[in-house]
Amino acid sequence: MAHAQGQQHPLGVYFKVWALLFVLSSFSYMVDYYHVEGYLRWTLILIFMFLKAGFIIAIFMHIKWERLALSYAILGPPVLLLVFIGIMTYESDYTFLTRGIFFVTGS
Amino acid sequence: MTPSDTDTTVAQPGLTPGLPGLAEDWSSDQRTFKNVPWGKAMMWIFLLSDTFIFSCFLISYMTVRMSTTVPWPIPSEVFALSFGGGEPIPLILIAIMTFILITSSGTMVLAVNYGYRMDRKKTAILLLITAALGASFVGMQAFEWTKLIHEGVRPWGNPMGAAQFGSTFFMITGFHGFHVSIGVLFLILVARKVWRGDYDTGKRGFFTSRKGSYEIVETMGLYWHFVDLVWVFIFAFFYLW
Repeated sequence: MAHAQGQQHPLGVYFKVWALLFVLSSFSYMVDYYHVEGYLRWTLILIFMFLKAGFIIAIFMHIKWERLALSYAILGPPVLLLVFIGIMTYESDYTFLTRGIFFVTGS
Repeated sequence: MTPSDTDTTVAQPGLTPGLPGLAEDWSSDQRTFKNVPWGKAMMWIFLLSDTFIFSCFLISYMTVRMSTTVPWPIPSEVFALSFGGGEPIPLILIAIMTFILITSSGTMVLAVNYGYRMDRKKTAILLLITAALGASFVGMQAFEWTKLIHEGVRPWGNPMGAAQFGSTFFMITGFHGFHVSIGVLFLILVARKVWRGDYDTGKRGFFTSRKGSYEIVETMGLYWHFVDLVWVFIFAFFYLW
């Protein structure tokens, strides 16, 4: 019948990704627990975050097995957010600077 | 309703793979998402819009955090918790919440799989386990909110540092917790339908009066994994940063 198709995959791949997500989460927790600071901290957090997000989207949400017409329609638009992040970084640096100049005495 | 409406997942033979397939799908003058049921396509588009909402929250949070001249409260200390009067363990509750959500994602993915195998009971039980884990997540979040409110954290200020901490915290985790709560209700609803055998008998839904199928479990799964996905970003940017 119609249901027989759909996204059916062997359970093994799910269990592997599940275990991997646990490991990656404990790694990112360790970053905080062992007080890793500065650029190394942010880099590690971002690496573990993107790995986790990637596995969830690719395997759990089946994007890996979808046709490109769907996956590009979903994954493409969020790339625009990079522009937004860039604009707001520039803006917050400017705000910080002007606050430093005009509100130095108070807070 | 034509009979073909229920056949949407049948893989059409002759679909071109890869990039040429992408061009063909989009220029076919027909439905673009060829082997995707409409409910699933709509869920994906909703999730895309939700991505932008959560991105706006996280970007605005980063903007206020970067632009404040007052030191930001240290999340590692704010969210520390001590058990039985011992040394406070940093971020422990958040770590437990993260693991609970990942576990629930795992049970969800199994539910989808057993759904496509038409294993009614296993699917329903796995969906209920997922719902229970989600509910415990929301419970822990309520506990965390209560603790912070007792410590004097308010949307307009707090004793630990920058005033913006409270507003961004309540906004972001509140919106996420709301998503989890709705997901729990959604899960219980789908579990009931699976248990009753609605997707085997083709019983019409009370709201849409359409026949459901086990694809709905996958669509539900997409929403649930998305909630987990958003938590990955909140965990990284709000709690660990």
